[in-house]
Amino acid sequence: MREGIRLYLRYISISARGQMQYPASFILLTISGLLATGGEFLGIWALLHRFGSLKGWTLPEVALFYGIVQIAFSISDATSRGFDAFAAMLKRGDFDRVLLRPRSSALQLAGQELTMRRIGRFSQALAVLLWSASALGAIWSPAKVGLVVASILGGACLFFGLIVLQATLAFWTTESLEIVNTVTYGGVETAQFPLTIYRPWFRRFFTAVIPLAFISYFPALAILGRPAPPVLPWIAPLAGLLFLLLALRIWQFGVRQYCSTGS
Amino acid sequence: MRSYWAVVSARFRMLLQYRAAAVAGFGTQLFWGLIRIMIFEAFYRSTTASQPMTLPEVVDYIWLGQATFVMTLPYYLDLEILTMVRSGTVVYELLRPLDLYSLWFSRSVASRAAPTLLRALPMFVAAGLFLGLRPPASVASGAGWLLALLGALMLSCAISTILSVSLLWTIAGEGLVQILGSAGMILSGIVIPLPLFPDWAQTALNILPFRGLLDTPARIYSGNILPGEALPLFAHQMAWTLAFVALGRLLLARGTRRLVAQGG
Amino acid sequence: MPQIVVEDLAKTFRVAERRPGLWGACRGLFARRHRIVRALDGVSFSVEPGELVGYIGPNGAGKSTTVKILAGILVPDSGRCEVLGRVPWRERVATVSEIGAVFGQRTQLWWDLPVIESFDLLREIYRVPAASYARVRDELIEALDLGALLDVPVRQLSLGQRMRCDLTASLLHSPSLVYLDEPTIGLDAVSKLALRDFIQRLNREQGVTVLLTTHDMDDIEALCRRVIVISQGQILSDGTLEALRSQVTPERWLIVDLMEPDGIIADPDAPVMRREGARVYLRFDPRQVAAADLISRIAARHAIRDLFVENPPIEEIVARIYREEAACDPTGQ
Repeated sequence: MREGIRLYLRYISISARGQMQYPASFILLTISGLLATGGEFLGIWALLHRFGSLKGWTLPEVALFYGIVQIAFSISDATSRGFDAFAAMLKRGDFDRVLLRPRSSALQLAGQELTMRRIGRFSQALAVLLWSASALGAIWSPAKVGLVVASILGGACLFFGLIVLQATLAFWTTESLEIVNTVTYGGVETAQFPLTIYRPWFRRFFTAVIPLAFISYFPALAILGRPAPPVLPWIAPLAGLLFLLLALRIWQFGVRQYCSTGS
Repeated sequence: MRSYWAVVSARFRMLLQYRAAAVAGFGTQLFWGLIRIMIFEAFYRSTTASQPMTLPEVVDYIWLGQATFVMTLPYYLDLEILTMVRSGTVVYELLRPLDLYSLWFSRSVASRAAPTLLRALPMFVAAGLFLGLRPPASVASGAGWLLALLGALMLSCAISTILSVSLLWTIAGEGLVQILGSAGMILSGIVIPLPLFPDWAQTALNILPFRGLLDTPARIYSGNILPGEALPLFAHQMAWTLAFVALGRLLLARGTRRLVAQGG
Repeated sequence: MPQIVVEDLAKTFRVAERRPGLWGACRGLFARRHRIVRALDGVSFSVEPGELVGYIGPNGAGKSTTVKILAGILVPDSGRCEVLGRVPWRERVATVSEIGAVFGQRTQLWWDLPVIESFDLLREIYRVPAASYARVRDELIEALDLGALLDVPVRQLSLGQRMRCDLTASLLHSPSLVYLDEPTIGLDAVSKLALRDFIQRLNREQGVTVLLTTHDMDDIEALCRRVIVISQGQILSDGTLEALRSQVTPERWLIVDLMEPDGIIADPDAPVMRREGARVYLRFDPRQVAAADLISRIAARHAIRDLFVENPPIEEIVARIYREEAACDPTGQ
């Protein structure tokens, strides 16, 4: 396990170094990412500024949702490129090479790239989160801070799991996998607002099928001191981790299928 | 120098395709539109104060934006030009006795008109029948919308052509494309309808060119802007289009000289 | 104790068939038609440690399918297979950590990285202990003359250079068994010879077992004492090169350079195959006429500048074996 982590760190340090060889490009792309995501939040701010509140939720509260989800997504977006580009790798026939190495295929794909420029989105979302934290004032405790971190990590696991599922689909269909993109990007759009504003069937989908509610809504209830079922908000981020583990299990199944049917 | 550019633009292109692919799916767009509408519904239900746009107008705005999104993405670059610049073969284009600007501009028109048509029709059907898109507020509104759409197409192509031209200046060009692309998107109204931005921002938003890409046509359609009020807005689109065209031609001339002087 | 044991291996693929035309494409959306391809149809052989075996066959014969199964990345439909005492597809990681593989068409190195960094990364992946890694790596760099290439990114290497690096990369973890798939493809003559020499020393001096798949018959002739021929999923021949020759045809060639460009040779036991100016190619069966007798007969009747006795080139042998198999004619057993 520790050895796997060491290999992973080596992989991503190589990837990061490679990208930093082109500093100007990196800076530009990062700034652009920052602006793009900053602009999105600007829109949210503008709406709240005009409408006053969103079904009873204030701007700092919405910003909490936004910050958690966007940071989680930027982490997974930065680390999941190997899986994201897997369909192309499969088509080129390069996956056999991965299998010829005495390591798990998931580890190798995870280590393929650390997309450094996602730090644009990351820092913008972090800024929003920090602002929200200060705007929310005296509600914080070490436990709640821990819950925010757990939610972020759980969210990163969940989004990563979605990309793994998208990659697994590539074993069976060569068609565009936009469906998963829809759920991923759509999920980010959705979860950056409190779930109560959506129609019931929507809420149910993002609670039961894709457990987004568990890494944003339920923890936020506890953090913001709103009525919530006991215990649940504090262990909810685990749902993200469980989702990822399930996705990896399905991935292993996909790899086995690939080995028995050939390319 | 060339290998630097090659890798930079390879990543750039990857980013582009990434973005385009994620957004371009029809199902994705429906989903997207739906989420946005739900968000706006929630906002509108939170207040009884009157707003610069009614909720049905917002719904129209969103679906029109989705239907014509190709036009509001100024960074949806002509990949062929990108490859040409990257590989250096653009020099041959520059040395031909053709009006290169017109060539690139018309390419841009073609690459936007076709997908827009293909995407707009099913979107109109789906959104019109099930998802709240209303017909134009009046015949005059509908006609005005079509004219504004044409204006938006021209404006969009002028912007994308000038961005293609700026690629001739490697780093600076790429940066411009990125930043203008991101900014242009938001300022066109595709994220939040422009009238819903704070009042103090409205003047700036109205002067900037990007509103001509989506905001102008969409609001004419739904009657938020009356047909009688549309004329100055057409002029706004045209003025900015001409400005971009003039600047684009200038930059292309200069870029040509620069490239030829460097020997490709 | 054989390193590779393969018994009655069978593998079929279902390949989706494309129907022609637009109407066909539409129907294809609803009902996919499949073609059954028998890639392997009862393949059996075994390889002892230290052998250098050639594995040849026409395209689509089943060579790469076999190698994939041996590497554990493909599961056969039936049959038994053991590599280094393990069932490859059941213990992929363990199997793969003890074998090396080079695929001529594709590199296993990282495109943007300097060669030495690819090597270091592979060391980590294969968990090679530091001490033995340094020694093995330096020996290989010396043997394949890679000193000047170590800091060059792989994408900038020529084909010959890249092949040497790939070969090194496959040996860094000191595997006892190596699969080489078309290692000399596209190389110039000098590089080919150098590579062949290296592979031979690897096998003879280090005892590394090599399974070589190739279309280059010179490689086979130079390196392999044993050749397995596979075609359409079945083994046609398995033995030494001489045995293969005699299995296909015992005939030998007599090549005569005449003094007179238009001299005619008409010997009942040695029909003329072809002429190139003053050079005449004759075919004969040593079971029916001894080479010495034939030579003296011809030398007595014609003015000769030079003559040679040769085996038919291996390409000829192999082509015949493929042809005979395709014509369903069992090759004299």
